Amino acid sequence: MEIMFALVIGALTASGVYLILRARSFPVVVGLTMLSYAVNLFLFSTGRLATGAAPIIGHVENYTDPLPQALVLTAIVIGFAMTAFVVVLALRAHADAGDDHVDGRIDYEEPKQEETSSEEVK
Amino acid sequence: MNHWLAAPILLPLLGGILQIFMSFAPLGLRRVLGLATTTLILVISLGLVLLADDGSYRIYAFGNWAPPFGIVLVLDRLSAIMVFITAFLALFCHIYSIRGTDAVGRHFHALFLFQIMGLNIAFLTGDLFNLFVAFEVLLIASYGLLMHGGGSVRSIPGLHYVVLNLVGSALFLIGVGMLYSVTGTLNMADLALAVRDVDPNDLPLVESGGMILLVVFALKAAILPLCFWLPQAYAAATAPVAALFAVMTKVGIYAIVRVYSLIFGAEGGPVANLGMDWLFPLSLLTIAMGVLGAVGADGLRKLVAWQVIISVGTLMAAISLGTAPATSAALFYLVHTTWITAGLFLVADLIARQRGTAEDRIVTAPRMRSRTLLSILFLLGTTAAAGLPPLSGFFAKVLILESVNTGVSMAWVWGVIIVGSFMTVVAFSRAGSIVFWRNVEGHVKDPGRLTLPVTVSTSVLIGMSLAIVAFAGPITEYTDAAARQLHTPSMYIEILQTPMVGEEVTQ
Repeated sequence: MEIMFALVIGALTASGVYLILRARSFPVVVGLTMLSYAVNLFLFSTGRLATGAAPIIGHVENYTDPLPQALVLTAIVIGFAMTAFVVVLALRAHADAGDDHVDGRIDYEEPKQEETSSEEVK
Repeated sequence: MNHWLAAPILLPLLGGILQIFMSFAPLGLRRVLGLATTTLILVISLGLVLLADDGSYRIYAFGNWAPPFGIVLVLDRLSAIMVFITAFLALFCHIYSIRGTDAVGRHFHALFLFQIMGLNIAFLTGDLFNLFVAFEVLLIASYGLLMHGGGSVRSIPGLHYVVLNLVGSALFLIGVGMLYSVTGTLNMADLALAVRDVDPNDLPLVESGGMILLVVFALKAAILPLCFWLPQAYAAATAPVAALFAVMTKVGIYAIVRVYSLIFGAEGGPVANLGMDWLFPLSLLTIAMGVLGAVGADGLRKLVAWQVIISVGTLMAAISLGTAPATSAALFYLVHTTWITAGLFLVADLIARQRGTAEDRIVTAPRMRSRTLLSILFLLGTTAAAGLPPLSGFFAKVLILESVNTGVSMAWVWGVIIVGSFMTVVAFSRAGSIVFWRNVEGHVKDPGRLTLPVTVSTSVLIGMSLAIVAFAGPITEYTDAAARQLHTPSMYIEILQTPMVGEEVTQ
């Protein structure tokens, strides 16, 4: 089971890193998601892998560490919120720059500051 | 148990929630409430500094669960001074923002307060996983603030910032998981005990976990190979946000100081002084990189953003020496650099508003209307930042230079900091002489008038340079005591023995 688990984490991390390096916003988002899955599985395994053991001390003979499960739960919630945000941001960047490259365009030039004009409208 | 420790977290939380519900209320009301919250936070943080000055550790255990099982907030001199620096900076950035930045989007005040909350959790927490949560809270608020005002000028650097920090968060969890898998605890005091007698077979796991954490903190602090996201993101943010972000890199530095003095410090047994030999050359390279960037910057905001990187390098160079005098000097420099770089971001924005389409770029442009005041502020700020006498930067850098032991490290630190400061002076004087002296006749139509709030907030932040010199004695005493406290981690570990509420009665 340990080898299987390690292989899954490794494969997820490798695909995640590869996708993040693709420099297009959609693969980057998918890559980030895969990386966070890998991290969640890794965190889960820090309490040692056990089957059929409840995370309660004192009531059962075999118990497993409940803390990693709590950590994973927190990490999942935070990861979900962050993924939602980065999806919206990627869409916005796509709309603003007219291209889904993470640098805006391949021949990216810095656009001019727009703050003054938007405040004047207000 | 001291309940005041929760106040710097609860106040911005409640204030922020109030702002969300009031997002359609009149702007004036929201401003008053927002500023009132920030002022209260400043008052409380001042109280915490006075409270912490007796040198004892105070804890607040959430839900009265005793450490190491419950999450605790810990107040010592370092946490108190960090909370105070943040609160002071936040108040004046907040005052600056009412010139119109807060009217561009609906949720500025809420995001601003949540940002303060995240920073305060990070400074006060005594739990490694809670530190991760604090980082996420302050990051998600900072994403919102960075994007505040919209436009492609913000969304592209914003995307880089968000993606980098998400990868950083993933690494943080991996590092935390590695430490937990060996030690079975996440409380920092308990971890410090646990790593001392770790099984030699498990040592590589602890070491690699610690080094991964160092990479994450270095990313937040913007140390050399991980600093290239910073100038573009900071230069694109609105002025009060960029000024507030002057403290964001200091969170990474705070985390390095806290974790690597307590858990991997000199008393860390097999993992003593982990990673510090890496940090030393990298911090000097960071200074060099920052100076190169500053000399080549094409706009004032970029110039100040590179100044942030120089200050990070200077701070880390002192901290990686690992002695109490060096840590004390670094803390003194930290107080100075946070406020001054923030003030410079505000000055750069005021300048940009009076130069029409030239904005903050270092080019010939029509003369500014308030050239006298702005040039004085710019001169004071840059003199302090570059480290010329008689302002605070000079004293801070002298303290750092004095704290280095003689030897090879002294040659490197003195050489890099002094040459770096000289090149910074060159960069600032080049920018200042072009912006202020090489003018064409006439003014631009939109005067970008200096209103009372912007003038006051900018002048106060820059003027702190003089105040730090005037109060250099008390500040040095405080930072000396804080450094001594940091270098005796055995006292921190005693918080594990603190009785919970009601425990005295039962025993």
